[in-house]
Amino acid sequence: MRMQQTRQRAGPGRAQHTLGRTFTQPRARQHVQRGSGEKHGQAVWLARALGWFGIGLGLAEVAVPRGIATLVGVRGDHSLLIRLLGMREIASGIGILTQRTPTEGGWARVGGDALDLACLGAAFLAPRARQDRVAAATAAVLGVTLLDVLCARQLSRRAVRVQQRILINRSPAELYQFWHDFQNLPRFMYHLDSVQTTGQGRSHWVARAPAGTTVEWDAVITTDHPNSLIAWRSLESADVEHTGSVRFEPAPGGRGTAVTVEMTYRPPGGAIGRGLAKLFGEAPEQQMQDDLRRFKQVMETGEVIRSEGSPQGMGVMAQRPAQPLAGRNGQ
Amino acid sequence: MRATCWYGKKDVRVEQVPDPHILNQRDAIIRVTSTAICGSDLHLYNGLMPTMEQGDILGHEFMGEVVEVGREVQNVKVGDRVVTAFPIACGHCFFCQQALFSLCENSNPNAWMAEKLLGHAPCGIFGYSHMLGGFAGGQAEYARVPFADVGTLKIPEGLSDEQVLFLSDIFPTGYMGAEMCDIKPGDTIAVWGCGPVGQFAIASAYLLGAERVIGIDRFPERLRMARARGGAETINYEEADVYDTLQELTAGRGPDACIDAVGMEAHAPGLLSAYDRVKQAMMLETDRAYALRQAIMACRNGGTVSVVGVYGGFIDKFPFGSVMNRSLTIKTGQAHVQRYMRPLLERIQKGEIDPSFVITHRMQLDDAPQGYEMFLHKEDDCIKIVLKP
Repeated sequence: MRMQQTRQRAGPGRAQHTLGRTFTQPRARQHVQRGSGEKHGQAVWLARALGWFGIGLGLAEVAVPRGIATLVGVRGDHSLLIRLLGMREIASGIGILTQRTPTEGGWARVGGDALDLACLGAAFLAPRARQDRVAAATAAVLGVTLLDVLCARQLSRRAVRVQQRILINRSPAELYQFWHDFQNLPRFMYHLDSVQTTGQGRSHWVARAPAGTTVEWDAVITTDHPNSLIAWRSLESADVEHTGSVRFEPAPGGRGTAVTVEMTYRPPGGAIGRGLAKLFGEAPEQQMQDDLRRFKQVMETGEVIRSEGSPQGMGVMAQRPAQPLAGRNGQ
Repeated sequence: MRATCWYGKKDVRVEQVPDPHILNQRDAIIRVTSTAICGSDLHLYNGLMPTMEQGDILGHEFMGEVVEVGREVQNVKVGDRVVTAFPIACGHCFFCQQALFSLCENSNPNAWMAEKLLGHAPCGIFGYSHMLGGFAGGQAEYARVPFADVGTLKIPEGLSDEQVLFLSDIFPTGYMGAEMCDIKPGDTIAVWGCGPVGQFAIASAYLLGAERVIGIDRFPERLRMARARGGAETINYEEADVYDTLQELTAGRGPDACIDAVGMEAHAPGLLSAYDRVKQAMMLETDRAYALRQAIMACRNGGTVSVVGVYGGFIDKFPFGSVMNRSLTIKTGQAHVQRYMRPLLERIQKGEIDPSFVITHRMQLDDAPQGYEMFLHKEDDCIKIVLKP
């Protein structure tokens, strides 16, 4: 199966790397770089700065815990606790600096801030504390916490862009017709729960998010060239910023059709957004490759092939033993 | 139903599992009447195949009676007696349409796993790891056969199970091994491995017009079978140097084509074997390619090396300089069984060959664990075991 893939995350200064592409890029690509791409780049920069700050502070806490204790107004010997807090700072700093997109590291820092604030709160109430110094330290940590939260939230809103190609042993017209009815998409795109077409090129999409939740948005077809290209995008009012395009080109030598799909998701903020980002963010190329493989199966054989180990015909999820499922409808 | 389940290295159990049912509309369910343990099942038994899960049902050589078919199956009906092809193939993709069935693009739901290891994915295979689809195998009372309209062959009256069972794998595999040699009149063919596939490669080489066939193995009973049933000359590699003997038998030119019917668990006397075993145990190579190396070095200039023994991953000390400088051709592949089933059935019907000659042991399905152990150690001159559910 021949496929080429590219994966990019929006953001200035990040070179667009492409693998094995020798043709002009679909026009839809031009639409998706707008929006909060610049903010994402700033957030990455800020996260790295916070990462270095954390490592510096952590090293100080580990090296001179008594000095730090005096600085923040804590009396008594808390060297062990301060050293542990320092090691935590260093660990999340390293985490940020080693991640390409340091979303988890950013949220880890927020968690660490909460821990620091809890310790300072305990210190403030301790009998021999220098309360003025503890208060100043708390204010400083609160400031850093604010920055950490802003940074992690912005990182969570990163766009995920995927492109995949596949050869299918059907004509461009047959493939175009099937795809053009967007209600068919959930048959092979397993992150979609349903797509309802509502007329005039509009459609309502429902995607699965973790923990049984769903995310919904409305989309509209923006380009429609029969038998060759369909492009769509979410409406301005939608929570999820989504664009997609699919191109059907006859393969050389009458060997079916080369299908190129490109999709971008920029999820909303908040918990659902984070869940959605995780859903698409862990292996988006693999997900789309599996989606297109199922599209090919449906078009070439009539349905998605199921095995006992992968009863949903799904590639990425954990395997069950290759023995029949109990019950006739046990899939 | 009862089924032979894999639980780990040298741990195979016959257990009660749910009955299979239709999952796809081109499926058929068959009641298995005969099934066999394949030499390639021993790679699983020895724990050398990645992506196995505890509880996987083994077996890719089986036949039986159709008891249920999906809506889209037109050419197979309940009550038909069929043999199944071990590669699962859709019949509609680019590769199926070129009769390269074991390269079907649509039959492996876990293609991504195989792509990681192999670059591209081959077809799904019954009972042969999750990388190859996670399909339940046929060493069981019942089996589900996906794409049954492409992957089964109806057996006419008057032929016994034992005459046709091996159309599922080892007869087509051995035949394809010989066919890939592009045999011309007068050719000498050397076959490494005189297990069941090697026996069929020997027989097929003669069917395709070879002048001489030379079988290479170390087990006396296999060499005896190659001489008595296959009409081959034989070399016991523990008693004679293979390269020197082949040079002598071919007056210094080497065999016109060499067939590797051994694969990833080759044995060899001496230090080289120890070297490969240590590397395999340390996961520095997955396959011990002793037979393949020897076949390459022995083959005549411009000759063909045909590989039907199963390899899983990476090999070491591969003499590619010998391949390149001497214009050798290497041909290989999992057998495209669906391509061979009907023509080989016709040869059986005409009496040109009776594949049941390789069977040495018949056992009940419940005795599968003993069967695996016996086959592994070649106890009691074991060459091929057929299980009856």
